[in-house]
Amino acid sequence: MKRVFSYLFPFRYRMAAGFLIKVLGTVAELLLPVVLTHILKTVVASEDITQVLLWGTLMLVFAIIACAFNIIANRMAATVGQRFSEALRRDLFYRTLTLDTRQTDAFTIPSLESRITTDTYHVHNFVMMIQRMGVRAPILLLGGVVITLLMDATLALVMIAVMPIIFITVYALSRLGVRLYGRVQTSVDGLVRILREDYGGMRVIKALSKENHEKERFEIANQQLSKNEQTASFIMSGTHPVMTLLMNCGIAAVTALAAIRVAKNSSDAETVVAFMQYFTLISMALMAVSRMFVMFSKCSASARRISEVLAAPYEILPDAEGENGKTDDFITVENLTFSYAGRKNDLENINISLPYGVSFGIIGGTGSGKSTLIKLLLRFYDATEGEIFFRGKSIRSYTREEIAPFVGVAHQKDFLYADTVFENVCFGRDLTKDDVEAALRIAQAADFVHALPEGLDTRLSTGGTNLSGGQRQRLLIARAVAGIPPLLILDDASSALDYKTDAALRAALRELGDAMTTITVAQRVSSVMSCDKILVLDDGRAVGYGTHAELMENCPIYREISDSQMGGALFE
Amino acid sequence: MNKGFSPMGGRGGFAPTDNGKAPETETKKDYKGLFKRLSGYVMREWHLFFLAILLTFLSNQLALLGPLYSGSAIDAIVAEGGVDFPTVWDNIFKMLSCYVLSAVLSYLLALLMVKLSQRIIRTMRKELFTKISKLPIPFFDKNAVGDIVSRMSYDIDTINSSLSHDLVQVMTSLYTVIGSAIFMLRISKPMMLIFVVTVPITIFFTRYRTRKVRPMFRERSKRLGELNGYAEEMLSGQHTIRTYGREKTISESFNGHNAEAMQATYRAEYFGGTLGPSVNFINNLSIVLVTVLGGILYMYSQSGAIMAGTAFFITLGGVAQFVQYSRKFAGPINEFANILHEFQSAFSAAERVFRVLDEPIETPDAEDAVTLEKVRGEVEFEHVTFSYIPEKPVLKDFTLHVKAGQTVAIVGPTGAGKTTVINLLMRFYDPVSGEIRIDGHPLKDITRESLRRAFTMVLQDTWLFYGSVYDNIVYGKENATREEVKKAARRARIDSFIEGLPDGYDTLITDDGVNISKGQKQLITIARAMLSDAPMLILDEATSNVDSRTEKKIAAAMDALMRERTCFVVAHRLSTIENADLILVLRDGTITESGTHGELLSLGGFYASLYNSQFK
Repeated sequence: MKRVFSYLFPFRYRMAAGFLIKVLGTVAELLLPVVLTHILKTVVASEDITQVLLWGTLMLVFAIIACAFNIIANRMAATVGQRFSEALRRDLFYRTLTLDTRQTDAFTIPSLESRITTDTYHVHNFVMMIQRMGVRAPILLLGGVVITLLMDATLALVMIAVMPIIFITVYALSRLGVRLYGRVQTSVDGLVRILREDYGGMRVIKALSKENHEKERFEIANQQLSKNEQTASFIMSGTHPVMTLLMNCGIAAVTALAAIRVAKNSSDAETVVAFMQYFTLISMALMAVSRMFVMFSKCSASARRISEVLAAPYEILPDAEGENGKTDDFITVENLTFSYAGRKNDLENINISLPYGVSFGIIGGTGSGKSTLIKLLLRFYDATEGEIFFRGKSIRSYTREEIAPFVGVAHQKDFLYADTVFENVCFGRDLTKDDVEAALRIAQAADFVHALPEGLDTRLSTGGTNLSGGQRQRLLIARAVAGIPPLLILDDASSALDYKTDAALRAALRELGDAMTTITVAQRVSSVMSCDKILVLDDGRAVGYGTHAELMENCPIYREISDSQMGGALFE
Repeated sequence: MNKGFSPMGGRGGFAPTDNGKAPETETKKDYKGLFKRLSGYVMREWHLFFLAILLTFLSNQLALLGPLYSGSAIDAIVAEGGVDFPTVWDNIFKMLSCYVLSAVLSYLLALLMVKLSQRIIRTMRKELFTKISKLPIPFFDKNAVGDIVSRMSYDIDTINSSLSHDLVQVMTSLYTVIGSAIFMLRISKPMMLIFVVTVPITIFFTRYRTRKVRPMFRERSKRLGELNGYAEEMLSGQHTIRTYGREKTISESFNGHNAEAMQATYRAEYFGGTLGPSVNFINNLSIVLVTVLGGILYMYSQSGAIMAGTAFFITLGGVAQFVQYSRKFAGPINEFANILHEFQSAFSAAERVFRVLDEPIETPDAEDAVTLEKVRGEVEFEHVTFSYIPEKPVLKDFTLHVKAGQTVAIVGPTGAGKTTVINLLMRFYDPVSGEIRIDGHPLKDITRESLRRAFTMVLQDTWLFYGSVYDNIVYGKENATREEVKKAARRARIDSFIEGLPDGYDTLITDDGVNISKGQKQLITIARAMLSDAPMLILDEATSNVDSRTEKKIAAAMDALMRERTCFVVAHRLSTIENADLILVLRDGTITESGTHGELLSLGGFYASLYNSQFK
């Protein structure tokens, strides 16, 4: 949490100045009732109208000062808030992107999302509030107490006695409310989940005529939400009446005591009138302070969630001591074992060697560990045991950023975003239009891209949903081959391509010759059969390693896959 | 899941997760119609509503009486000839009773309003969901789920806070303003003149300011929404961004959005920050004027220049009371602008909800629609033409006769209309022209429910819901026994996987579904289909996510499922297509080739060339 608020440090002078101005404005406002009392108490007795007007003008001056200073301070606060939140969000987003994959998995994407959006918003609001009200309310409170003590200590004590009660009540109720609203949020999540689910599954629901069943399911969530919301609102609704009542009881007590004291001549009626004024003012300030405490507890939760991300240690660091490989291969994998969760091995004792320029295939069923192996080659995770050598050096001696320029990767379901075709292929790299065009040609995407209304400048919708599945996949492959990286990884990337396109793609890749080392991950034998070397994975273990012919000969699982597919897919 | 504090329940502000859907143009809305419709909901609970009005008046009346007694008490304190204790105690007692009663009543009122608004929004949510379940499939294909979610949560929440809070606020404010005005008039008519000046100033000023500032806040919401949208989109592509080492580039463009959003925030807060102090100033100005004028009048009243009983006469207690009332009076007037704004957003929210409620639903079944029973499974397409977008036909003059029990495989490139055939068959969409018949009944003469019940579907996009594995399998056949469910799972070759899950069949399938792969999900939906005894079967890329070894293992069960049933199969795997009784090659919406695998090969057309290309 300290980490989040350290972002305020650069603005300390500006904030101090703002606070000072705010203090002056607040003091001016606090003086208004003092003058008011003075007028009613002393000036009026002088029976001099000019005096009344003079003192009235003074009040007006104070009112103007209060207004002007508050506005200036608020504006200064706006600057601080802007710069603070901008910096905080900027760093948070960057840290989120650079988190290690394991950390991302632990935080989960939706949670990271809400940290960047909702949590920064809460913190921003708190920073603004503390600047705008953080001075005013405490000063009104403190100043009010001091002035009333000076005016009539006994009456002031009555008031001071009421204050903690008000504060505790409001604070306790609000805290409870925050907790109850947390429960409301959980119910909202449940309700929204059903809505999202059914929205996506409406075909199935209608096909099975389960509309009524879903309505019931929704209604249960609906009732639950309503119940929780009602409870929370019931509690929170109590705050205002209780507070008002306590305040009014205070006024009654002050009036009663004043009567006694006036009778004893230890106080006077005018003081009582002024007292009423202060009492209202102070109560308002008290309300504001207790609201600030509630806001603070909200904000501190958010700040903690942000700090968690900002303070997350960089785990996968380049290790300069990285052992040097003994080979000249592009990639060598030695006795690699890896486990996500530490319970069962997702990959076990894998050995491969990839000279420069070869084509390499990895085949296996769902969950066989193909994608995991790729993630390790990109250093998304570090091996549990064993070593990977990348360009002759231990992969541990590289940062992810250092590996990136060497590889182009296309996954089966990969990321397209709302921008032009060009930007989606180029992906922020230093590529020319010619590079992109060449990539589109290799990926068999040139024809359809040129047929688009604005060619390369056509904007995609989020997720590229304005393209067909096959078109999306070809763009992803184009992104991977753009700039001809030394290593091309096609991770199940041609599964949505029809056989003809797939064959044309592979022919185009072959034309590039030895410029690229390629790794093709597939479920289809036809996609890997022409590779120089093929690794067959089954449940995390290498059960075959060799050429297509060799594997057909001596790897029963490979043969089984091949037989069952009879050559693979026909159509897109 | 968002563990943060929800914007729900909190009033004001905006939901930063709302993706900043720009508020629909606020020009000339049918406020009257909207108001009528919304009040319709309130009037369904009219007895609660009238009770609420009664409580509002009572509690506010009592609250207003308080300062009156307090003023009398003060007057009794300064009474000539010493403190008039009996009067003081009497007034304090009255004052306290008023306040206690008022507090109790206002709490009751709050409870009542919460209850009222909860009833209303619960109904609204129910209506909205019921409506959604009745909407035709094209609606779901066209509209993003996020939009509906924001209507269900954010918009309805806005309506809720308006109903439970703003409504009372308006009534209270009105009552307080009028009430305090009356009391102040009673104390001193001339001093009321002050407000004739200041109140219009306040109103004009706030209206002027809000009109200027509101677009800025709207801009802020929009920019923040864009920022959030961008962040969410990029986070979903985090994996790819890392692969390509694009963290810096993406962050830079994020910073662009960030700077824009914060600039908009700054502008809104810079200009918004003047409103509070300014309104405060006008209030203080009123107090200054009240004090000066009150002081002068009191002076003359004391000196006897103003006779007791005349309009200008005032006591010290009177001045004090007047100051108190003037605070009460000014408060709500400043609030009005805010509340009006809240109401406006509630109206916009209601409008967005109503717009969904007014969507046309699936055309109801004809009155004389028949219920399909004992379906043989004969399917005919007669000159069917269909298009999603008017000028782009997807199916053209499509004719097809399928005998009961036959398996039809539909193949062809993407966009050729394969899935469209299925959409039409299930009546998710209706053809533009032509007719589809089952067992001789035209589809439009059959009740939708019985038509759909006649089919079992396995789709490429597996659909599982949050619930146990068991619940997900049994979904298609409620009265199935546990043994039947297990048998279906065994046939789909997913039983050993399920048994291996932490809670076996009772394991929850959660949103992230980390524990279950796509292939396994698909097998679960296949098990679901295996349970069904519908006479017709649709397989749309049903095994696309299943690896080929597993596919081979379930082949026998799939065959059994397909036997005796009329089947429509969309697939890209040869093994699934080869054995079909009829293979249709669809290209650009028309059948270019049809026949068995052998026939098509000997035909030497498109199918044959594709089939042969794989062996090159």
